[in-house]
Amino acid sequence: MSKIIASAAIRGAHKIVDQTEKKWQEAMDKKGANQPVGFPNTAYYLPIIYGMLGTKVEKLGDMEQVLKKCKALLPPLVKETHHLPYLAPALDAGMATFFAEELLEAIRYMEHPDFYVTGEDPSVNNLWLGAADDVILRKRGVEFVDGTAPGFAAILGAAPTNEIAVKIAQECQEKNLYVFMAAETNGKRFSEQLHESGVQVGWPTRLVPFGPDVSATVFAMGFATRAAMSFGGIQPGEYRKILLYNKDRVFAFALPMGYVTEEWYANATGAINWGFPVIADTPIPEILPTGICTYEHVVSNIPHDQLIAKAVEVRGLKVTVSQIPIPVSYGPAFEGERVRGEDIYLECGGGRTPMVEWVSTKRMEEVEDGKVEVIGPEISDVTAGTKLPMAITVEVAGRQMQEDYEPILERQIHHLINYAQGVMHIGQRDIAWLRIGKQAVDKGFKIQHIGVILHAKLHQDFGRIFDKLQVKIYTESDKVDDIIQKARASYKLRDARIEGMTDEGVDTYYSCTLCQSFAPSHVCTVTPERTGLCGSYNWMDCKASFEINPTGPNQPIKKGELIDTRYGRWTGVDEFVQKASRGKIDHYYAYSIVMDPMTTCGCCECIAAVLPMCNGIMTVNREFTGDTPCGMKFTTLAGTIGGGLSTPGFVGHSKYNIAQRKYLIGDGGLLRMVWMPKMLKEEIRDRINTRAKEMGIDNFIDMIADETVGITEEAILPFLQEKNHPALAMDPILG
Amino acid sequence: MINMAEKEIKSIDQATNELLAKASKDGVNTVFDRAESTQPCPIGAAGSCCKNCAMGPCRIPAPRAEETPEEKLQRRGLCGATAETIAARNFIRMIAGGASAHSDHGRGVAELFLAVARGEAPGYEIKDEQKLLQVALDWGIEINDRSNNEIAIDIGNKALAAYGNQEGELLTVRKAPQKRQEIWRRQGIIPRGIDREIVEIMHRTHMGVDQDYHSLLKQGARAAIGDGWGGSMIATELQDILFGTPAPILGRANLGVLEQDQVNLIIHGHEPLLSEMIVAVAQEPEMIEAAKAKGAKGINIAGMCCTANEILMRHGVPIAGNFLQQELAIVTGVVEAMVVDVQCIMQALTTVAECYHTKIITTSPKGRIPGALHIEFDEHAALNSAREIVMAAIENFPNRKGNTYIPQIQSDQVAGFSYETVNYLLGGMFRASMRPLNDNIINGRIRGVAGVVGCNNARVKHNEAHIAMVKELIKNDVLVLTTGCNAIACAEAGLLLPEAATQYAGEGLASVCETVGIPPVIHMGSCVDNSRILIATAAMVKDGGLGEDISDLPVAGAAPEWMSEKAISIGQYFVASGVYTVFGVTWPTIGSKEVTDYLFKDMEQMYGGMWAFEPDPIKAAHMMIAHIDKKRKALGIDKARERVLFDMAMRQKLEAI
Repeated sequence: MSKIIASAAIRGAHKIVDQTEKKWQEAMDKKGANQPVGFPNTAYYLPIIYGMLGTKVEKLGDMEQVLKKCKALLPPLVKETHHLPYLAPALDAGMATFFAEELLEAIRYMEHPDFYVTGEDPSVNNLWLGAADDVILRKRGVEFVDGTAPGFAAILGAAPTNEIAVKIAQECQEKNLYVFMAAETNGKRFSEQLHESGVQVGWPTRLVPFGPDVSATVFAMGFATRAAMSFGGIQPGEYRKILLYNKDRVFAFALPMGYVTEEWYANATGAINWGFPVIADTPIPEILPTGICTYEHVVSNIPHDQLIAKAVEVRGLKVTVSQIPIPVSYGPAFEGERVRGEDIYLECGGGRTPMVEWVSTKRMEEVEDGKVEVIGPEISDVTAGTKLPMAITVEVAGRQMQEDYEPILERQIHHLINYAQGVMHIGQRDIAWLRIGKQAVDKGFKIQHIGVILHAKLHQDFGRIFDKLQVKIYTESDKVDDIIQKARASYKLRDARIEGMTDEGVDTYYSCTLCQSFAPSHVCTVTPERTGLCGSYNWMDCKASFEINPTGPNQPIKKGELIDTRYGRWTGVDEFVQKASRGKIDHYYAYSIVMDPMTTCGCCECIAAVLPMCNGIMTVNREFTGDTPCGMKFTTLAGTIGGGLSTPGFVGHSKYNIAQRKYLIGDGGLLRMVWMPKMLKEEIRDRINTRAKEMGIDNFIDMIADETVGITEEAILPFLQEKNHPALAMDPILG
Repeated sequence: MINMAEKEIKSIDQATNELLAKASKDGVNTVFDRAESTQPCPIGAAGSCCKNCAMGPCRIPAPRAEETPEEKLQRRGLCGATAETIAARNFIRMIAGGASAHSDHGRGVAELFLAVARGEAPGYEIKDEQKLLQVALDWGIEINDRSNNEIAIDIGNKALAAYGNQEGELLTVRKAPQKRQEIWRRQGIIPRGIDREIVEIMHRTHMGVDQDYHSLLKQGARAAIGDGWGGSMIATELQDILFGTPAPILGRANLGVLEQDQVNLIIHGHEPLLSEMIVAVAQEPEMIEAAKAKGAKGINIAGMCCTANEILMRHGVPIAGNFLQQELAIVTGVVEAMVVDVQCIMQALTTVAECYHTKIITTSPKGRIPGALHIEFDEHAALNSAREIVMAAIENFPNRKGNTYIPQIQSDQVAGFSYETVNYLLGGMFRASMRPLNDNIINGRIRGVAGVVGCNNARVKHNEAHIAMVKELIKNDVLVLTTGCNAIACAEAGLLLPEAATQYAGEGLASVCETVGIPPVIHMGSCVDNSRILIATAAMVKDGGLGEDISDLPVAGAAPEWMSEKAISIGQYFVASGVYTVFGVTWPTIGSKEVTDYLFKDMEQMYGGMWAFEPDPIKAAHMMIAHIDKKRKALGIDKARERVLFDMAMRQKLEAI
């Protein structure tokens, strides 16, 4: 710490804690100690306080003990001469600052429930998003886990001009970083600068306007703290582990832009506890010696055009930016961007015109690598607001190429096109939908560039499984119709082949340890009849992934000898799991929730739980925020069993897996299902009914209770009895 | 003429020189005068005099020129003891003396500790519960829902048992890194009990017992480990529990801390048991009233030597001076009483005091001086003993004679760096660890760490070698940990202030000091608190990145102005712990080349650490730096490291926290 920084930070912390105490006292006088407080839809209470202290702040009165802790942490001011050591006191003061600011923000939520917008996007007249709820945390947190987002930049204040703000934001987006924004400089705020410049802000574009004040910094820190608890399996109160987890795995940094106030210093020293360094555009003192952060703690006076590059270096992050020769920016941060109404230049598909995307395998001599043809009108041939039919065909060839890989490549088309700035893509196959915005066209974007993107990115990510790739894009009606017929025939064949695959039919399963970056003991075993619990990887994906990267997170697992037919246990799997979990887990059962089930990382789409009174199981999807009959919301469940644990009675799984034949078959399979959220039932209704029919029950979906029936076992049991649910007649689930 | 004048300047410290002038004027004879009138015995100084039986003393001085094997054979004591045997015997008897002093100090603490736990020592209490629990964990004592006193009784009993333990391994050596313990085990030098190894030295060095210098010196190492990792460590740990683990505190140092218009009471010696009580009692309103009734404005307590360090570390009580300044405090004429207990107390104090009004008050049954007032410290009625002593000082205030003079010289200092505190200071409540220290050693901002400790010695200019060495080390980016009289010298020279970093330290070290807000020289306490340095080195090993053992660390030790047997014991336990240790002034085995080579060279093979001797403090500092650089090279941190940038694949390979 530099003495100037420590002195300022400690003064700032005193101010913030004093201010909070006053606010709290006023609130107590008005509302009383029993007034409920908290951030919306979260199982982590006020997450920094919960993570660091293990304290649940649920009522206004609960804040008193936190304020006491703040006071205990607040050190005396640093003396001018012969000062006592100040690094530790300043770090403690920073922590007290965050505790106090969380209390402030919680009081604000209580007093002005509409101060922040709920959901991922700002509303027409409110930019501020406030605390990310647990649905956002899980959805976005997964990106931190799988590496699509390596970290975040916490920006305080405002850039000198709107143009600089836009450039910095775009650079972060190109490097896949989230931008979390708070506080103001001379009345200006970074998020407002972006908004004024027409940049779409919100979670989908990774530009998150948390709040107008410096205290909104706690929403960024709370997000990081929750990531450690929900994906790292660290318990609340294990402050040291949470902080080191962030230092090692969450590549975040703070960018104070403009004059650094004492309150900002207090927040900055707080962030250093998490290992997040500070990179400033003003000439504040630097702190170069290392120790709390991985490298430097404070680096200053960096020109704006070098700010992000410097920050990434100081944080010790390696970012690989894919350079695609197209005239617009490109990266996952642009995936969530929308193109609407007046902004649309060209639209294809989406029910307005026919559109299809199709990957097919050709012979080597039939493919000229890198060739992109647009057959029919190009963008330059049409006027703004035009609608065209479209068929995107990708033709690949290579010695390693197999027909099984076609759908894998095809599934990439959606996000690869969507990554382009100003281009929006929805759906796949023959229900695809494309919009190209005017801004993109102004910059020179053409239909042809879709081919350029697909060629470059598919080569980059899947180059090991094919040698040559060419793209033909048709925009003429008759040719598009012709392609649609051919593609549909191909889809049918593919689907039939996948449907027919069984666990018994292969001798090799695949592991997925992608999430070990966040949950170090987690090992998914992906079999043909059990897709990964995140819903992103089926057996075929893993097989292809192994071909592409033989030392990567998807490794073949020789099944070995069958130990348990009913519950699904194999010698080869046990051996693999023991090794891959670094000795933490020595076995699990693939087809059971009751016997030691497979481990669960925080990324699962659904979590199933045993309901003993109903003799069945329930499952809840990530998007469902309400209570469930097992007594826990999804997010509480994920926090309890996630982090790479095997917890009998609970297991994470994908949505698709529910209707697969091996789904918890050792315990009775799908017919054990007694409760699901209504939204999930609707989403996979047909597949559930089809699978249940196979098992001898008609219209099974209507026997499954949901939240409209009840959210306790007592409440749903009469419904199940009335429907004569098959689970009630099965052997006791807890033998 | 200039040279003569130079020679007459006895100290680099102005206050000392001023009072020496006053002493001379007052006709008072001090250690500085006696150093000129009494020369050291050259044969004894070389370790070549054996007086272990009545056939001797046998003096076998080393030859001036190279001797033939025949000549060497003849150069023996009456019993045939060779120069090697005699030098080794004398050397390890010094260790026995030093280890017994530290360890007996620890025993006294343990006895008081037990009495406190049993409720038999009113006035004392357990102040640091956290440390109590930590020590209980370290020593395998059950905690559960037992009361502090119940746990403390077990701790006290285990501590006392460590002294009389007859077999197996001393409990407290477990604090050392695993690899270090294995080295000791392999060498057969893990102490069985603290007392046993000291007694065994006395036995082995008795006429006609152990006459192989190798095995004699091994026993010396064993007893020394029983001091550093045993008796001294017990003293530090239990004192922290009883009186509080030190935390950073601002204090003052040098004779200018004495007050003309107050009752000045100096606490001198080593054990904080009584002095803690005196500090408390002197603040009682009745005492202050009594002082005022005698015409004083208040009561000024100041410390001397290691007692001073103990009460500075915990209460910020000012330090009047180090070992060679003890007589000079009396020469000011304003010291009403000097209370002493054990170790490093000159018998000349009573003679000096005769010229002034000062009362010398002995308090330990182990340390009595003719001519002193004896008020024995009764731990069961400590407050009474303390009040009696403070009253004696107050009563004496009107007896001052006219010739008073207080040099207006004192320095501020920041002290109070226990290992626990350093750990906290490097990361705060939530991230406390040694990581920033290790990290900055690895990245080269800090070149290494040196423990510079030890006494004053009237054979060399007061404080000169201390300060020259410490300044040279910090200039070269070596962080200095200090205890004992070196710490006081550094305080007087202003090196214990955070501002000293920019003034004296190299750029790298200064940048780390600026980051943490610490001085470049870290005051860790009294001489038993050298155990804090041991624990800090063990923690550095544990934190990782600097090897697996203390001997892998880029560290070194030194005692540039040593004089006491305790210094030899300290030096030996640092060497046996794997630390390169350089002594100044004189070397007590130069009478035998073999013994000296064994200490300076062979020990490196055995323990990873070895002794060295260099009276020139600058040269000595560079020997330490060279050793530090050697260790840096072995660790592969002598070159700038590449910055590692992490991608996802590397993150997936990270182990769980």
